[in-house]
Amino acid sequence: MKFNLKVWRQKNANTPGKLVDYSIDNVNADMSFLEMIDILNDNLVRKGEEPIAFDHDCREGICGMCSMYINGRAHGPHHAATTCQLYMRTFNDGDTIYVEPWRSKAFPIIKDLVTDRNAFDRIIASGGFVSVNTGQAQDANNLPVNKDDAEKAMDAAACIGCGACVAACPNSSAMLFVSAKISQLALLPQGQPERDRRAMSMVSQMDEEGFGNCTNIGACEAECPKEIKLTNIARMNRDYFAASFGSQETVSTGEGH
Amino acid sequence: MNWFTKILTSSLGKKFVMALTGLFLISFLVIHCTINAMIFFNDGGATFTHWGHFMGTNTIIRTLEIGLIIGFLLHIYEGLLLWKQNRDARPVKYSYVKHPEKSKWYSRSMGLLGTLILLFLIMHTAHFWIPNRTHQFVEGEELPLYQMMLDIFQNPLIVVLYLLGCFSLFWHLLHGFRSSFQSLGLNHVKYNKTITFVGTAFSIVVPFIFAMMPISIYFKWIQ
Amino acid sequence: MAALDSKIPTGPLAEKWSNYKEHAKLVNPANKRKVEVIVVGTGLAGASAAATLAELGYKVKAFCFQDSPRRAHSIAAQGGINAAKNYKNDGDSVYRLFYDTIKGGDFRAREANVYRLADVSRNIIDQCVAQGVPFAREYGGLLDNRSFGGAQVSRTFYARGQTGQQLLLGAYGALERQVGLGNVKMYNRHEMVEVVTIDGKARGIIARNLITGKLERYFGHAVILATGGYGNVFFLSTNAMGSNVTAAWKAHKKGAYFANPCYTQIHPTCIPVTGDYQSKLTLMSESLRNDGRVWVPKTREDAKAIREGKKKPEDIREEDRDYYLERKYPSYGNLCPRDIASRAAKEACDDGRGIVPSGFGVFLDFADAIKRLGVDVVKARYGELFPMYQNITNEDPLKTPMKIYPAVHYTMGGLWVDYELMTSIKGLYCLGEANFSDHGANRLGASALMQGLADGYFVIPYTIGNYLSGEIFTKPIALDHPAFVEAEKEVQARAEKLISIKGKKTVDDLHKQLGKIMWEYCGMARTAEGLTKARKMIQDLRKEFWSNVNIPGSLNEFNPEFDKAGRVADFIELGELMVVDALNRNESCGGHFREEYQEEGEAKRDDEKYAYVAAWEHTSVDSDPVLHKEALVYENIEMQTRSYK
Repeated sequence: MKFNLKVWRQKNANTPGKLVDYSIDNVNADMSFLEMIDILNDNLVRKGEEPIAFDHDCREGICGMCSMYINGRAHGPHHAATTCQLYMRTFNDGDTIYVEPWRSKAFPIIKDLVTDRNAFDRIIASGGFVSVNTGQAQDANNLPVNKDDAEKAMDAAACIGCGACVAACPNSSAMLFVSAKISQLALLPQGQPERDRRAMSMVSQMDEEGFGNCTNIGACEAECPKEIKLTNIARMNRDYFAASFGSQETVSTGEGH
Repeated sequence: MNWFTKILTSSLGKKFVMALTGLFLISFLVIHCTINAMIFFNDGGATFTHWGHFMGTNTIIRTLEIGLIIGFLLHIYEGLLLWKQNRDARPVKYSYVKHPEKSKWYSRSMGLLGTLILLFLIMHTAHFWIPNRTHQFVEGEELPLYQMMLDIFQNPLIVVLYLLGCFSLFWHLLHGFRSSFQSLGLNHVKYNKTITFVGTAFSIVVPFIFAMMPISIYFKWIQ
Repeated sequence: MAALDSKIPTGPLAEKWSNYKEHAKLVNPANKRKVEVIVVGTGLAGASAAATLAELGYKVKAFCFQDSPRRAHSIAAQGGINAAKNYKNDGDSVYRLFYDTIKGGDFRAREANVYRLADVSRNIIDQCVAQGVPFAREYGGLLDNRSFGGAQVSRTFYARGQTGQQLLLGAYGALERQVGLGNVKMYNRHEMVEVVTIDGKARGIIARNLITGKLERYFGHAVILATGGYGNVFFLSTNAMGSNVTAAWKAHKKGAYFANPCYTQIHPTCIPVTGDYQSKLTLMSESLRNDGRVWVPKTREDAKAIREGKKKPEDIREEDRDYYLERKYPSYGNLCPRDIASRAAKEACDDGRGIVPSGFGVFLDFADAIKRLGVDVVKARYGELFPMYQNITNEDPLKTPMKIYPAVHYTMGGLWVDYELMTSIKGLYCLGEANFSDHGANRLGASALMQGLADGYFVIPYTIGNYLSGEIFTKPIALDHPAFVEAEKEVQARAEKLISIKGKKTVDDLHKQLGKIMWEYCGMARTAEGLTKARKMIQDLRKEFWSNVNIPGSLNEFNPEFDKAGRVADFIELGELMVVDALNRNESCGGHFREEYQEEGEAKRDDEKYAYVAAWEHTSVDSDPVLHKEALVYENIEMQTRSYK
């Protein structure tokens, strides 16, 4: 197979980037998209050109590091799959493929297709946990959890933090990511003591990071490689309003501990 | 910032305000649509004028009208703010975007649809509400709204503009109705279908009834 | 050859750890605030250690090369985590888990460590549940268990097929909490490239900021390496692309002994290599062997026809198929242990009966199971796996047999550590897969997660105090100390040398070459002759690497090719050590199979001569490493031979 690629090249955060054309031949239909990029890079290195920088690690769809916006879609056209799980047979021979980085003010570009997603870490640091120190736990079975709730919590916890929701959202909103973590812990008894505080501080941190606002379009859900549901956002909304209007606790940004 | 303004200016707070004002405006549409539909009695505007007079003079309704204006302004202000902030959240745009099936054009275009409705609203209030209230304030009596309708909708251009307004309203409601429930956190597997059904039905029925008014008058189905 | 002191506490096995804890020296809370600890790596072991030490009050600096600590490759573990909870009332106990682990490791692990591991396994589950890890539950709300290989009880806790992910996110949450509180300073996209030692003690690291390319110096009263395994020495493995040995290797070159490097776990059910472009291998859960039957054609002609696409698997008649596992191991059949299943697949393919174009692949056939159980049952049983396989290979395993081949999965070897997890450098600790640890010559399923978290949550917080209590008067050492300056200078010089070679071969070319040598001669089956040859080849490859590698770009920028080159340079040196170790170990045990040492095709241990940990001391790249032996003494378990026939 043969493809024409239009790849976003950007030297660093301070230099403006542009789409650069490449063509690649002898692509095997069973290659993953990243393996195709590997080959392109190999060709570039042999020609003495600089290879395309891109984030990737586990290449089995779980680490959340790969992050390409391919032909106008986060992680490309294959439903419920990360970029590394996208295979070239999805495309037609001779296709032109656009490859861009995640685009959001909160995810500044480091180089080419590599972005800085530390905003997600900071949101988790603001409250995406249960405050329990090592060694304090009671026996695990002292805390029964409704099976259905546990399953729902697991559905939300499956989020890999790749940022496709932000990339796909026309508003660059991070609410699917944030709501997945809030939901996971809100559904479990372990999460109850900090439930109000968590919702308030994580939302506050999210706003601080410069993500856009959710307008319930649903692109995030459609493009999420782990099929995280919009119901999580509704749950986050409920929790946030209940906490903000009802709870006596108040939280200021960066203070969610 | 005190706690209250902090909530309302947060990203979720903005959704909250949008949803509440949106639902409030939807409730206004019900009243407005119902009373205007009185023209379909085709009784020379008698029923319509009766209820129009009630709405225009009843103290409680007049007080609520202030709330309505505030609701409109808030909804518009928040809408523009969201539009601006969301645009700024992606300073460099994608060169090529292919929207997934689930992401509907009208959901993505609420700002545009809202702006069209706003433009329509300016025209619409300039036709009826502003002259009427001004007249009430200055002269102490209402204008003959029914007759004004018959006159204004003789102009085909205005009829077309009104139809466009209704059309924008349809798409705006198609997203807005269901969306307001999601924003308020009212998403429940048992009720979602009902909300979607009612929302879709509402979005079709109300703009349709509105649209029938200028059409009926223009084609002289109503005298 | 000096004897190694593993510092195993005295007393009965079951009391060693509590004895140790009761007598270990402590650091008081006020002093903890003055003590700084560096943690490199943020997988299960690193994240849990960093979080726990910060909770205790130490000042922690944590490093990971990924863009976020949550990406560490622990996240990819599927199956589960073992714990001796006995929630199933099926007779499990700490002793049984201890025994199964030692036996599974083919009697090449340290009794005291393994017992401690089994002991704290219970606390891990408590801790993780408290953190909100959504483990699978029964309708009554209590935790569910599944059974796993090498055990007769159900003791594996799981969160769907994403147990590693959920445990890591739990530890990551705990870590980020401490980051938010200011107790941990997190350095993402930083790669440790040198350990700094002063007066024989680890005092810090040099790290490369992968975004700017700049070298940075960091001080710590102690340094913890939790940097994972080195499976990527084979180029193709189930490891993440970035998984590397660099941190452990730098420590090794600074004086930390490297133990049992030749113990490699090769997992039998992975998707075969389809082409040279392939960058990694994907694991298909071992559970598939419950219903799948492994076979190749009886004749090379049929195999060739399949490889060339002239015949389909369905065209091969039942009597022309060789269900070789069932034939060779009638009592265990398709469910024999990982190492045995892997070797048998290799044997069949070496015989020219492989069924994929490369020649290295066998069938895993569900046709019988479908006939017996129906499509729906089979589909439900392997719910997520079949679609995953189909997505990758574009073949439906319900219609045509799966194609599988063994792949490198885990490395049991690693930096030698004593009972306190301290390496042979004072103040330098090593946790998780990076140490040579508790799995002996073969790791059982669902034990890697257990060990990583045991080390990080429950072992290091105690043992490091025993060392740091003596360090409370050590003031933070200034970063312009000659040791830091010198270390940085060396790293810089090496980097400049690498980038200036501008040769003809890409980093991947050379890495693939290394992988092929390792796989061929130091993979599933090894011989003295092959290993000797391999050593020479690796030495040549090292020379070629240092004269002919082509790294584009410069040092002072984001340059992933350079990062890769540095890692491959270390892999080449490690590869040689693996070969040396494999050559030294004249026996077969667990993941180390020497063709000369077998009995009727089965691995033959030599407990007389080789019941020891081989800990290698680095001398120089061009001369032989020095072997130090730690004798493995079994006081509580009798050594036996495993048979699966």
